[in-house]
Amino acid sequence: MDVSQYLDVFIDESKEHLQNLNTQILDLEQEPGNMDTINEIFRAAHTLKGMAGTMGYKRMQNLTHNMENVFSEVRNGEAKVNAAIVDVLFQCLDALDEYVSNIQATGDEGDNDNENLIKVFNDFLEGKSSEGEAAKEEKSEAKEAEPEKAAPETEAAGSSDEDASWKNIKFAESQLVVMKEAVKEGKKVIGLTVTVQESCILKAARAFLVYKAVEELGEIIVSNPSAQDIEDEKFDLEFSLIVISDSDIDALKNAATNVSEIEKAVGGYVVLDGAPAEEKTEEKPAIEPDNKPAVVADKKPSAVDSGANTAAANKTADKKKPVVNRTVRVDIEKLDDLMNLVSELIIAKNSLVSAATTKGASTNNVNEQIEYLESVTTNLHESVMKVRMVPIESVVNKFPRMIRDLQKKLGKKMELYMSGEETELDRTVVDEIGDPLMHLLRNSADHGIEDDVNLRKERGKPEAGSIWLDAYQDGNNVVIEVRDDGNGIDVAAVRNKAIERGTITEEQAASMSDPEIINLLFLPSFSTAKQVSDISGRGVGLDVVKSKIESLSGEVDVKSVYGEGSKWTIRLPLTLAIIQSLMVVIGGEKYAIPLGNIQTIESIVPDEIRTVQQKEVINLRGSVIPIIRLNEVLGCESTRKPEEDYIVVVVKKGDVQAGLVIDELTGQQEIVIKSLGKYINKSKVISGATILGDGEVALIIDPNALI
Amino acid sequence: MNEVKVFSEAIQYIKIEVGEEFYGVDISIIDNIVRMQRITRVPNVAPYIKGVINLRGEIVPIMNLRLKMGLEEIEYSKTTRIIIIKTENFGKIGLIVDAVKEVVALEEDQIEKLPYDNSDENHFVNAVGKVDGSLVSLLDINVVLYDKSSKEEA
Repeated sequence: MDVSQYLDVFIDESKEHLQNLNTQILDLEQEPGNMDTINEIFRAAHTLKGMAGTMGYKRMQNLTHNMENVFSEVRNGEAKVNAAIVDVLFQCLDALDEYVSNIQATGDEGDNDNENLIKVFNDFLEGKSSEGEAAKEEKSEAKEAEPEKAAPETEAAGSSDEDASWKNIKFAESQLVVMKEAVKEGKKVIGLTVTVQESCILKAARAFLVYKAVEELGEIIVSNPSAQDIEDEKFDLEFSLIVISDSDIDALKNAATNVSEIEKAVGGYVVLDGAPAEEKTEEKPAIEPDNKPAVVADKKPSAVDSGANTAAANKTADKKKPVVNRTVRVDIEKLDDLMNLVSELIIAKNSLVSAATTKGASTNNVNEQIEYLESVTTNLHESVMKVRMVPIESVVNKFPRMIRDLQKKLGKKMELYMSGEETELDRTVVDEIGDPLMHLLRNSADHGIEDDVNLRKERGKPEAGSIWLDAYQDGNNVVIEVRDDGNGIDVAAVRNKAIERGTITEEQAASMSDPEIINLLFLPSFSTAKQVSDISGRGVGLDVVKSKIESLSGEVDVKSVYGEGSKWTIRLPLTLAIIQSLMVVIGGEKYAIPLGNIQTIESIVPDEIRTVQQKEVINLRGSVIPIIRLNEVLGCESTRKPEEDYIVVVVKKGDVQAGLVIDELTGQQEIVIKSLGKYINKSKVISGATILGDGEVALIIDPNALI
Repeated sequence: MNEVKVFSEAIQYIKIEVGEEFYGVDISIIDNIVRMQRITRVPNVAPYIKGVINLRGEIVPIMNLRLKMGLEEIEYSKTTRIIIIKTENFGKIGLIVDAVKEVVALEEDQIEKLPYDNSDENHFVNAVGKVDGSLVSLLDINVVLYDKSSKEEA
C-alpha cells in the first residue's frame, strides 16, 4: 500500500498531536488528577499510534502504544502520575519527535527502537500492578486466567479447521510486543478468519462492516490482506484479522457473522510463545508498510506487490532529500474569499476589455474600470496575505516545555507566562522566529533569573522567577516581548567587558549612554556570562538573534533595569512581500519609502533648520527631530533650489523620529518588494527594489537603517 | 560517429569584446544576452556596479566589465550588450561588454591553461584558447565577480 501521498498530512498531524501531548502532559504535571487532561492525552496518543501504524512506522507505533498503555492505566485509575513518569513521558515525546523528524527528512523513521523507554514504561506498569489493591489484582488475575485456560482448547479446535488462515499470519516484532503487552494486561489476542459468501457482490463493503463490528469490540492490530487492500477489494473470499480485545471469541465471531452475506467466521486465541523466535529473524529486516501476505488468494493482484516494491525503492532512492513540502493549513472561508475575488478580477478584466474596445470609448469609462480593478487587486492581495498568516501558537507552544526542562537543568524555580499566542504572522516569519525567541527565553532563564534565591528575597521578589512572553499586533507590526523579573543587565559589567575586549575605548565608554552600552550586547562574540553553560553564554547568540530578526525586516530592542529585570522587544512587519509605500524623487531618481514607517509629511522653511552638535534638527510641534538629507546619503545632487521650502518626511523607529529631506513627492503606491540579490546587498539604506508600472526599477529606502 | 564524439568534447564560448580585446565566456553559465537598457543606480556600492535592471520581473545587478578591468568607461554604443550570467552564489548578474561577437567551440587541446598568479588581483583570465590563428582569453568568472571589499568586510 503506497502511503506516500498521505505523508504530508501524517507529518503535520503528528506534530500537532505531539505538541498537544506536550502541552497536556505539562498540565498533567500540575494537576495529576485532571480526568479531562488524561482523556485528551489518551485520545492524542491513540490517534498518533493509529496514524503511525497506518503509515507503517512500526517503531513509532510500538513506542506510542507503550505510552498509551501507561495513560490507559492512569485513566482507569490504576496508576498514579508521578514526577518520574512525567520525565519519561517527555523523553518519550522527544523520541517520537525524532521519529517524525527522521520521517520528514528521509521518509524513514530511523532504527532507534527506544527499548529503554519501553522498558521503563513496562516497569512502571508492572510496578503499579504489584502495588495495586487486592481486589483489582484478583480481577485481573481472573481475567488472565480465563484466556489461558481457554487457549489450548480453541487452539485444538482451531487446528482441525483448515480454513483458519489467520494462523499463517506472521507478525512483525513490534506487533508481537504489542500482543504480549496486551496479554499481560489481561486482554485477549484473537485471530479471526472471515469468509465472505461467494455470491456476495460488494465484498469490500461487507468486509468493511465486519471491520467496524470487530473494531467496536477490540483493536485490530494485524489485517491480512491489509485494510487498504480489503477496501480496494483486493482479496478473494476470506480475510484474517488479529484483534486485541476484552471480549471473547464468540462475541467476535457473532459480530462478524451478524453482517449479512458473511459465510462464516473462524477464530481462536493466538498463542504467543510458540514459534516467534524464527519469525523474529525472518521479519526483522522487513520494514515495508505491508505485512507480506502469508496466505493470499491465488489471484493475488500483482499491482499490490509492485506498488510496495516501488515504494520501498523510492524510499532508498530519496533518502537524502526531505520528502515533505512545507504546507499551510488554510481556513476554507479564506479560500472562498479568494475564489470570490478571483471571479471579481475576471469580471473587472472583462469590463476593462469591453470598455477599451467599445467604439468611441470614453477615457472616463476606462478609468472607472481601472479603479475597480485596483480595488479588486488590493483586496486580493489582502486575502492572499491572510492565507499566508498563521498564529505564532505553533512556535511558542513548545516553550513551556522548554522552560520546564531548563528549570530542572538549572535548578531554579521559574514560571513562563504567555499571552497573545493567537497573534498571526506570515508563515515564513513564523518559521524563522522560533530560534531567536528560544534564545531570548533561554537567556532570561539562564542569566536573567537570579541563581541565588536569597538574592531574590532580598530584592523583594517571589522565590520563583517569572518570564513573560507577550505577543500583540501594533499597527502594521507585530510585537513580541520577552520579559523577566530577574537580575537585569549589569551595565557596568558590560561596559568593563567592552573596554577589556577593546570593543570600545574608555573615552568612548564614558560618553555612551546606558542603552547604548546595552546595545553592545548585540555585537558578535560578546557574552558577559561569568560561566559558559550549554544553555547560553557562548557569545554566539544575541548577534545571531539580531541578524535573524533583521533578515526578517524586523528589529530587536532591549530595556533593562539592574536588579529588576529586562525586557526584549521584537518588532516584525506583518507582511513581507507587498507593502504600501510613498513614492518620492531624490536627485531625479525614484525611490520608495514604506508607508508603515512614515509619521507625517511636512513642509519646512529653510530658516527653521537649526544646528545642534553639528547635526541639523527641526523643532516640530515641540519635539526636536534630526534631519537627514537623503540626497547626501544616496550620493546624488538635489534638484531643489536652496531657498525653496524643504519637503520633510518624518519617519519613526520605535520612539525615535527623524526627518528625511526629499525633492519631490509623486504619490502613494502598492509595491512588490524584490531583493537586490546577494551580490550588491551591502547597502544598508536600501532594503530592496520594486518594479514600477513602466518597467523601471525603483529602490526602497529603509528608514530604520537611517535612524 | 567520430565527429559527434569530438564535438561533445568541445566547450562552447561566447566571444565578447572589452576594450579592443576578445574574451571568451563559457556558454553554460550564460543565461541571456540583452541590449543596453536603463539602469537604476544603487547608492553606496563599488563604482563598477552600475546598478540594477528589470529583467522580466527579476532585479538583476549590472557590472561594467570595462570598469572592473580597470579600463576607462566609454559611452554605450549600438553594439553594447549586457550578458546575464547565472551564478550559484549570487543568482543572476549582468556584465556590460562592448560587443558580443560569436560563439566559438574549443577542443581541449585548443585551450592552454595559465598558471595561477596569486599576486595579481585582476587576474581575470585563467586560460587562452586558440581559434583560427587568433587568441581568445577565457574569463574566470569567479575572479570577475570577486569583490575585494567584501573579503575585507568578512
